[in-house]
Order: sequence, then C-alpha cells, then structure tokens
Amino acid sequence: MRGKLVIFLMSGSRTPELAEAAVQGGADLIELGFPFSDPLADGPVIRHAAENALAEGMRTKACLQCLAEIRARVQVPLVPFVYSALLEAYGHERFVADAHAAGGGAILVPDLPVDSLPELRRIQLVAPTSTDERIKLAADSTDGWLYLVTLTGTTGARKELSSALAGLAERARRLAPPELPLYAGFGISTPEQARAAAEVADGVIVGSRAIEVAENGAEALRRYVSSLRIAIDEVK
Amino acid sequence: MPTTPAAKTNPPADDRGLYGGYGGRYVPETLIPALEELEAGWRAALADPDFASELNELLTNFGGRPTPLTLTERFCPSKRIYLKREDLLHTGAHKLNNALGQIVLARRLGKKRIVAETGAGQHGVATATVCARFGLDCVVYMGVEDMRRQRPNVERMELLGAEVRPVEIGTKTLKEATSEAIRDWITNVETTHYLIGSCVGPYPYPEIVRELQSVIGRESREQILAREGRLPEAVIACVGGGSNSIGMFADFLDDAEVKLYGVEAAGAASLNSGRVAVLHGARSLVLADEDGQIADAFSISAGLDYPGVGPEHAALRDSGRVSYLTCSDDEALASFERLTKTEGIIPALESSHALARALDIDESLVVVCLSGRGDKDLDEVLEQLGRRS
Repeated sequence: MRGKLVIFLMSGSRTPELAEAAVQGGADLIELGFPFSDPLADGPVIRHAAENALAEGMRTKACLQCLAEIRARVQVPLVPFVYSALLEAYGHERFVADAHAAGGGAILVPDLPVDSLPELRRIQLVAPTSTDERIKLAADSTDGWLYLVTLTGTTGARKELSSALAGLAERARRLAPPELPLYAGFGISTPEQARAAAEVADGVIVGSRAIEVAENGAEALRRYVSSLRIAIDEVK
Repeated sequence: MPTTPAAKTNPPADDRGLYGGYGGRYVPETLIPALEELEAGWRAALADPDFASELNELLTNFGGRPTPLTLTERFCPSKRIYLKREDLLHTGAHKLNNALGQIVLARRLGKKRIVAETGAGQHGVATATVCARFGLDCVVYMGVEDMRRQRPNVERMELLGAEVRPVEIGTKTLKEATSEAIRDWITNVETTHYLIGSCVGPYPYPEIVRELQSVIGRESREQILAREGRLPEAVIACVGGGSNSIGMFADFLDDAEVKLYGVEAAGAASLNSGRVAVLHGARSLVLADEDGQIADAFSISAGLDYPGVGPEHAALRDSGRVSYLTCSDDEALASFERLTKTEGIIPALESSHALARALDIDESLVVVCLSGRGDKDLDEVLEQLGRRS
C-alpha cells in the first residue's frame, strides 16, 4: 500500500492556492493550522507562521472560511489542527459541526490528551513517552488514523529522523487494531527522512519545512511535495 | 512552629485535577506520563515523614522560617494592619517556599536538570538558589522586557550559576517565558523537572504550589491568634498567577468569619475581566478575546504581568469565598512609597497592590501578605516617580 503524505499548512489568504499545489505535488491529505497565540506544541517556524496568520486576521471563523475555500479546490481529506483554547471559545460541538460543513474531516487537537474530553471525537496523538496503556487507549478511540509524534519535543525540522520512531511504531502496531493506519510526524523535513519514516509508518506528516518552502510560492511547494512523494513511493 | 507541608483543608481538585471545572491537563501527550510520575511522586512525598522533615529543616535553617508578623504603626493608624513578612525569607520573597519544596521533590524523582520561568525574577532567583544549594543544572526562561525591568535579579541568577535564556517572542514577558519553559520540558522531559513558579499549569502543579505555599497562611493564623487572641477580620494578598495568595488563604478558607481578598493589577485582572480559556496547560480565567486568543497583560509589576491565574482562584471567585479586587499602577506606587516612608519597609511592587487595598477595605484587623521586598523594583519605581535627574 502506498504510503500517505500529509502536508501541514497554516491558514491564510494564500493557503487555498498552496493546498492545491501540495495536492498536485502528491499530498494525500492537508492538515490546516488554526493559529493560536500560545501554541505549546510548536517550534519556531509554525509559531512564526501563526503570529503572521493572526496579524492577517485569521481567527477561527476566517480559518473555517479558508477551509471551505480549500475544499472548493481539492478532493483530499482536510484535517483542522486546532488548540484547545480555540475550541473552548468557539464551542466544541459547534466547531465540529462548522468544520464539517466547511468540508473538514477529522480534527486534531495537539494539547488535548486522550483521557481529556473523551466525547470529542478526534485524531489522537501518541509520543515516545506514552505508556502502552495510553497508546492502546488512543488507538482504540482515534478518528481514522493515529498520529505518532516521533520525538520528545516541539514541531520543527531536525537533522536526523528521531531514533524513537521505530520503537514507537512497533509498540503502536502491536497495541492498535490491525487495520489502523499509523502516521508519523514532528521533525520530518527531507525526502530521505520521509522515506525512512514511511518504512515503519503508513503515512508521513510534514509541517515546518513545507511552511518555509511555501514562502517561495505555490510552484516551489509543489516541487518540494513532489520530492517527498517520490521518496515515499520508493518504499515497497 | 510546624512548617510541614500539609494544609488544613484538602485542596478541592477532583480526581481529574479539576477545581470546579477549572484546571485539568491541556498539554501535549508527551508530557502526560511526566505529569503522572510527578503526581505519584508528590503523593508519595506527602505520605513520607522524611519529606516533611527534610523540607522543614530547609525552610527553617536555610530559608529563615517562620517569618515574622509585623504590626504596622504609622502606615494606617486607624486600623490594625499586620504584615506577613515573606520579604524576610531568604532571597527576598515567598517564592523560596515553593522552590525548596519542588527541589526536594525533583531530587526524589531523580531529575538532574531544572527549568523554570520567571517574570519579576524572584522565582528565577529562588530556583537558581536551590539549584546552587543542591548542585543541579538550572535554566531560567525570562522575557527580554522583564530582563530590562528586573536587571538585578538577572545578575543574581547568573551569579548563582543559572543560565538565563532571553525570550524574545510575543509580549517578551512572563507569558512567553512560561511557554518556552514548557517547550523545554517537552523536549527534555526524561531528565528535567519543570519547577513552575505559581499555582498555574497542568495538574498537579496548582496543588503542589498551593501546598508548598500554605506555610504562609498556617504561620499567619497561629501568629495572629497568639498576638490578638482572635482571627483577623480580613486577609489580603496580591494575585498574579496567585501563589502567595493561595498559600495565604489556604488555612483560612474554613474560617467563614475571615474575609479573604485577592488583589489583581488593574491591567492584568484575569479574575475580574477575564473569560474562560486555556493557557499553559490549564483551563482557567484568562485575559483572552472572544476567539480564545490570549491577550496581553499590562502592569508596572512584572510579577503580576500575567494574563492567566491559578484554577483554584477561578473556583474561589465563582464560589464567592474570596473577593477579588483590582489596583492601578498609580495606587500601587503610592502604597509602595507610603509603606517605605511610614514603616521603614520597602515592599515589592506586587505586594504594594495588596497594601493599597488593605487601606480601604471595611475591615480593621487585617493581615497583608507582604510577599516580597522591593529592592528589585527600585529602578522602575524611581523612573516612574520621576525622581531621576
């Protein structure tokens, strides 16, 4: 089965065009960042992108509008990436309903651990520090696929793929329902890292580097995503 | 005088770490096992007499507890206003109570490296001090705006061997410093203890800090009973994140006849003008806009310049047990000057907020938590008062 490629983009006026380019380059799924003023899980690149997006006025309603505009251009699943503070303000049920109406799929909340708000259906994240018990809980309750956080740290490019990923993927594979896809993210930026991650996971998530490349425009992003796509497709 | 950490009343958090719906653990999954380890270590420490005796020895012979209760003479002659003198604690503020307790806990957990955030610099100094005492690596995150305002404390931390990492993002104050300290902890969670400075953050931090600071209220209660033969009519303390006040209030919560007042900086009044939001791992009252984006706080006092507040304070506001007032920068400056000139005690600007309201509340027999000394604020105060040539 071909490995999935997930590209993270921050909401903004240029994002629909960028998302279309990413899909043309071979992205199977777009994760759409809703900017938050105090994002604990994010490293400098995504934090900076969030600051710019907020300065541009990308509040929750504008991000939902951005989601709808992306949906008008591409067919792939769209995953809103949204911090708890925004959900608290907007209302959890209302957010899920409005995101769905705008063409969004499962949501991802980076600061809501699996045992908090179990009634809110979402893509769960597990980390190298997670216990087996928590991995099982997350795998059993996740919405569609399980997010493997490859490292202990925040988002952002690293020189090497985290050595913790293989062990985490092995544990998740053993503990998760047999068909549940496992996607790896955090610290993956080069085609080589994407290929190596795709060896052990069913999908690869790339964020910070995609945002940096997107600074150079849609065509640059399309070429970068395409390089990741080719690398992942080399995995048998 | 007993100074062991165990408040009279049990903290009202439920088994999910919620105080009347506030609190909880809104952090990335990476930190959850560390928080569970911390909670288990904390429970084990509370059940272990060795923890209490080790901490008690440090508080007494290293920290200088118990701190005095001073009756003011000229500050407000129409009232009997007592000051709980946390300014006389080693390092000059109540922050050491918490830092000592957490360093003993961190050593029990086998952590070799400590990270902390600081606003006014008092918590950073307390943390650097206990790290020097026990030979642990210490990294303190501090906003560059606060580094400017609190330069002497930056120098003290560096002398004590801590690395002060400037935080240049966002507001460049305590809010960003706290986020950066949490990000460091996420990255180095296996080796590092996050020594949070206030009763904020994910559970069990609000409980740990409250319990470690409750020594303030416990001593105050015994001292006022010994001096006056009765409980005070009111107890008053400033509230930024809320650690000196929650520690001051803890032992008085069950005394219905004692009125409790928290005083916020007018430009950082989470409990008076905030809304329910999520900041630094907890749901609480926060200065935030209608989308949940966190707003900037504004206070002359770096220690109160924080848009959030501890979840237990939010619950105490809702229940009505504590009244939360506000104080402007100018009022704080006026009471700073007044205490200095009438009592020969230079208070921290933070504590000056509580002093200002102590003057005009209805009650006459009042205990004020003088949470810290004001040496660190001299540059800021002199500049504000326009006395520099």
